[in-house]
Amino acid sequence: MTLVTISHKASAVAFLAALALLAGCGGDEKPTDVVLVTHDSFAISEDVKEAFEAESGLTLRILKAGDAGEIVTRALLTAGNPEGDVLFGIDDNLLARALEGAVFDEYESPELANVDPEVVLDPEHRATPIDRGDVCLNYDKAWFDERDLAPPGTLAELTLPRYRDLVVVQSPATSTPGLAFMLATIAELGDGWQDYWRRLRANGVLVVDGWEDAYYARFSGSAGSKGKRPIVVSYASSPPAEVIFRDPRPSEAPTGVVEASCFRQIELAGVLRGARNADGARKLVDFMLSKRFQEDIPLQMFVFPVRTDAALPREFAEFAVVPERPLQLRPEQIEENRERWVDEWTAIVVR
Amino acid sequence: MDSHRRSVGQALAYGLPLAFLALFFVFPLIAIVERGLRGAGDSPLDVLADPLTREVVWFTIWQALASTVLTIAIALPTAYVLGRYRFRGRSLVSALVVVPFVLPTVVVALAFLAILPEGADRGWAPILIAHAFFNVAVVVRIVGSFWASLDPRVGEAAATLGASPRARLREITLPLLAPAIASAASIVFLFSFTSFGVVLILGGPQYTTIEAEIYNQAVRLFDLRAAAVLSLVQLGCVIATVWVAMRLERRVTSASAPRPERDTLRAVRTPRDRMVVGVSLGGLGVFLGLPLLVLVERSLAAGGGYGLSAYEALARPTSVLLVAPWEAIVNSVVYAAAATAIAVVIGGLAALAVAERRSRLLDGLILLPLGASAVMLGLGFLIAFDREPLDFRAKPWIVPVAQALVAIPFVVRIMAPTLRSIDPHQREAAALLGASPSRVRREIDLPIVSRGLAVAAGFAFAISLGEFGATVFLARPDNPTLPVAIFRFLARPGEINVAQAYALAVVLMAVTVISVLLVERMRVRRGGWF
Repeated sequence: MTLVTISHKASAVAFLAALALLAGCGGDEKPTDVVLVTHDSFAISEDVKEAFEAESGLTLRILKAGDAGEIVTRALLTAGNPEGDVLFGIDDNLLARALEGAVFDEYESPELANVDPEVVLDPEHRATPIDRGDVCLNYDKAWFDERDLAPPGTLAELTLPRYRDLVVVQSPATSTPGLAFMLATIAELGDGWQDYWRRLRANGVLVVDGWEDAYYARFSGSAGSKGKRPIVVSYASSPPAEVIFRDPRPSEAPTGVVEASCFRQIELAGVLRGARNADGARKLVDFMLSKRFQEDIPLQMFVFPVRTDAALPREFAEFAVVPERPLQLRPEQIEENRERWVDEWTAIVVR
Repeated sequence: MDSHRRSVGQALAYGLPLAFLALFFVFPLIAIVERGLRGAGDSPLDVLADPLTREVVWFTIWQALASTVLTIAIALPTAYVLGRYRFRGRSLVSALVVVPFVLPTVVVALAFLAILPEGADRGWAPILIAHAFFNVAVVVRIVGSFWASLDPRVGEAAATLGASPRARLREITLPLLAPAIASAASIVFLFSFTSFGVVLILGGPQYTTIEAEIYNQAVRLFDLRAAAVLSLVQLGCVIATVWVAMRLERRVTSASAPRPERDTLRAVRTPRDRMVVGVSLGGLGVFLGLPLLVLVERSLAAGGGYGLSAYEALARPTSVLLVAPWEAIVNSVVYAAAATAIAVVIGGLAALAVAERRSRLLDGLILLPLGASAVMLGLGFLIAFDREPLDFRAKPWIVPVAQALVAIPFVVRIMAPTLRSIDPHQREAAALLGASPSRVRREIDLPIVSRGLAVAAGFAFAISLGEFGATVFLARPDNPTLPVAIFRFLARPGEINVAQAYALAVVLMAVTVISVLLVERMRVRRGGWF
């Protein structure tokens, strides 16, 4: 056999196989599944997923499509002909952009009656709140104990000489928590935020690309870390995670949260416009607000339920901090200024 | 072979790769760029006029050039050893160098941060070192396998005639190797050029590549227009690079007839041989081994001490993945096998077309997916393949197709130089002595080509195992691959999660070495073909 003819046959087979695959598409029968498009951090207990499938008679397919920014980009690009039926994981920073891009259909879930009205951001109910979490400064308790130094109590204190070279943050240009922390400083300091960052830079703040880099390589408080900096931008739920995912579990969280630095993020879900299974999509949104799903949220996704009667797991009640007065900005305000703020931040802190 | 069959074969060798690239590369890229430019907004020229853009383009180019030079310098001694010596563990060495190549960027960058001394862990230097770490395999394998096909007697003859070792290197070895070096260099350049994770993590926020800026514009700022303009700039740079590389390669294409390995490799005999082999492999071993050891060490971390708990946890289902982590191993191997099959068929045909008809268009076109923006290509897949009959968005086979897009250039680059340099005289002589055309192929071409094909297939397999950018975009969550699983674990706080991420990285290393060894062995068992 010759070289050419063998390759020839192999490629003919491959080509026919490709054709066969192409032919095997399509069909307009009633959908038996519902597709949830969501971000990489989505998680659900197996029994909770099965409960939804038994109740609705639909198979729940989960399509993890990147981080919050990526799923919104994808939803905007495919608006009207979406990749799935429900989108979950869009946060209030990105909400205005998604609404502007006409990504969702309106749906007012009856379960909203049990939700704190403060988190219902869209009065037209195109997007429904599902959970809330906070991006906060975390600190390494042991580091501060050893030096008999008090951890910072406010954002303003970070510019004091005693916290020089101790802080690591993520760039808002590349990281979702980094963006939230920049927004926290804007919410807290208003017009003074730029000057604040100049002083923070002079005080040796370290800026890195993403959360993994900051938390595992630069922060001293994460398990096994060789990092040198005891203050990092992370989540209010990171301390309980440090307890739950350590074997054996410590009796106290090794890290703490600077409550006054917390920026509230609400995550929302919506029925995608053009969904193949719009009816199933509405059932799924209802389910995500049900007590069963809401109580599953903390230990799966490490954020808090929005349902007022959802009980928190013991680990959360014990180790997590729920800031009483989290910092917040209006979604439209963020949408209008995001690009300019990030540019200005970059000019001040990086260049 | 009659002329009809020959022309059908040639049309296929040319047409199938072209059709594949047109459908899965050109079409989605045009779709997304068109969408970006169509909308209302500032003039595309504004992005180009921005001094920041120029700064980013300049940095992207020079760091890629410097990374390429450094990678070649570090890899050549090992390529020499693999190209000239026969020793125990030779194929293991050539499989081991591939390990860094498949590891996810974040994991390697974190390992580098752990090793590099404070103060030296940020800036352009760590970027170049990390690029060399990732890409050494490209040079070692492409140049090494080509070196092994070079007739050593030319050099020996020159030595007999009194040429000094340095003169032999300059006058004989380097010119003969030039096509393979140019081939490898263009790939390393393209990888470094589009690098993004390494640059962001190890460079610090003041260093940005065009690819990182495209991501920032498209995904963080939703400015698809700016992203489209930047991706055209990037593509322009890539086309220029490919054009220069091909000119270089053609000018230096060697006339030496390739020889099968049994004629070119020699045993390690003299003390000098032992020193050369020891120093080359030892040096590379330390360079590649240190960051890998950090990963192993981290994977064993458990409750303040060491243990295997992270590995044991891989068998248990976890909410992070929706499946048990070990299933990612199976997914990775299945996807990689499919991608390798596609890459070997399409890439092998393309290599034939490139070698026999010296098709420059195809040769260049095939390299472009390596240099195009992965972010834009991923978004392009979304909008190009969203309607019947091209509704491919949720199809599982789209993953190996995307992986093959990255693997095909390697298959072509490894096989084309070898195919191209097969000496027509040798064939003619055989034919004159009465050998049938198929016998000529079998006896002369095959032993030479099969080595290249095996190396290409092994490499394609490894590339598919490690491919992340396209896979994370397209893989369904119930079918995560190893790099995707690592990435997901690393995105969670908590000791057990991070230890599992590192444990999966170690598993990925093992799977890579084993599968590369097995794929390369196939040629021996099956007499050359799959």
